[in-house]
Amino acid sequence: MLSGEPLSLDDCQSFVAHPSCGGLCFFVGTIRDLNLGETVTHLEFEAYAPMAVREMRKIAVAARERFGLHAVSLHHRTGDLAIGDTAVIVAVSSKHRKPAFEGCEFVIDELKKTVPIWKREFRADGTHWLNARP
Amino acid sequence: MDKLAHLTPMKILCFGVAREIAGGSHLFLDDVAGGTVASLRERLLRDYPAFGELVSFAVARNEEYAEDTDIVEAGDEVVIIPPVAGG
Repeated sequence: MLSGEPLSLDDCQSFVAHPSCGGLCFFVGTIRDLNLGETVTHLEFEAYAPMAVREMRKIAVAARERFGLHAVSLHHRTGDLAIGDTAVIVAVSSKHRKPAFEGCEFVIDELKKTVPIWKREFRADGTHWLNARP
Repeated sequence: MDKLAHLTPMKILCFGVAREIAGGSHLFLDDVAGGTVASLRERLLRDYPAFGELVSFAVARNEEYAEDTDIVEAGDEVVIIPPVAGG
C-alpha cells in the first residue's frame, strides 16, 4: 500500500497476525538526519503509484511463496517526510521465526531494487534525487 | 494500428529526476510508436542528452518494466523509470 498519511505499525500487525503463526517480523524504515556525511533537513518520496502498487504486490506474493509465509504487509509513504518519520513498514508472519526473518529481509531488499519510488533529499547545499547520478 | 500513428508524438511520463530533466511531468517523442524500446531510448538520449548522465534508467510500458526488444504501440502508457530509491 502507498499512503500520503503516516503509516501504522498496528495496522500492519493486525493484517499479518494469525493463530497459526508463532513468528511475526517487522522492518520499519525511518528518515535519518545524516546521509553520506551531509545533514538532511527533510525528504520527499515520489511514486509512479499504479506500477509501484503492482510491484509491491509481486514482491509480497514472491515472498509468501519462497519462504512459505502466512501473510505479508508492505506499506510505503509518499510526500514530504521529516527526520524520524516512518518511510516504510514490512510485516510478515509465519509458523516459525526463521522464515519470518528471512522473508522480511527479502521484501525490503526487493522493494529497494524494483519498486518505482524516488527519494529526494533536502540538504543545506540543495536537493538531490538519491541514486540518480554517479 | 493506424498507418500514421507513428507520426503522432508520443507522451512519455516522467518521475523523480526524469521530471527535472524533462522540465515537467511528461515529454513528447516523435516517431517512436511501432519501434522498439531500444530505439525509444536512443531517441530520448538524442533529444534529452541529460538522461545519459544518470546511472541508468528503465522504461515501463503499461505499468510493467519493458525489455529493449519490446515494441512500443500507440496508446501505450510509457514511463521513464530513473534509478529507484524507495525504503
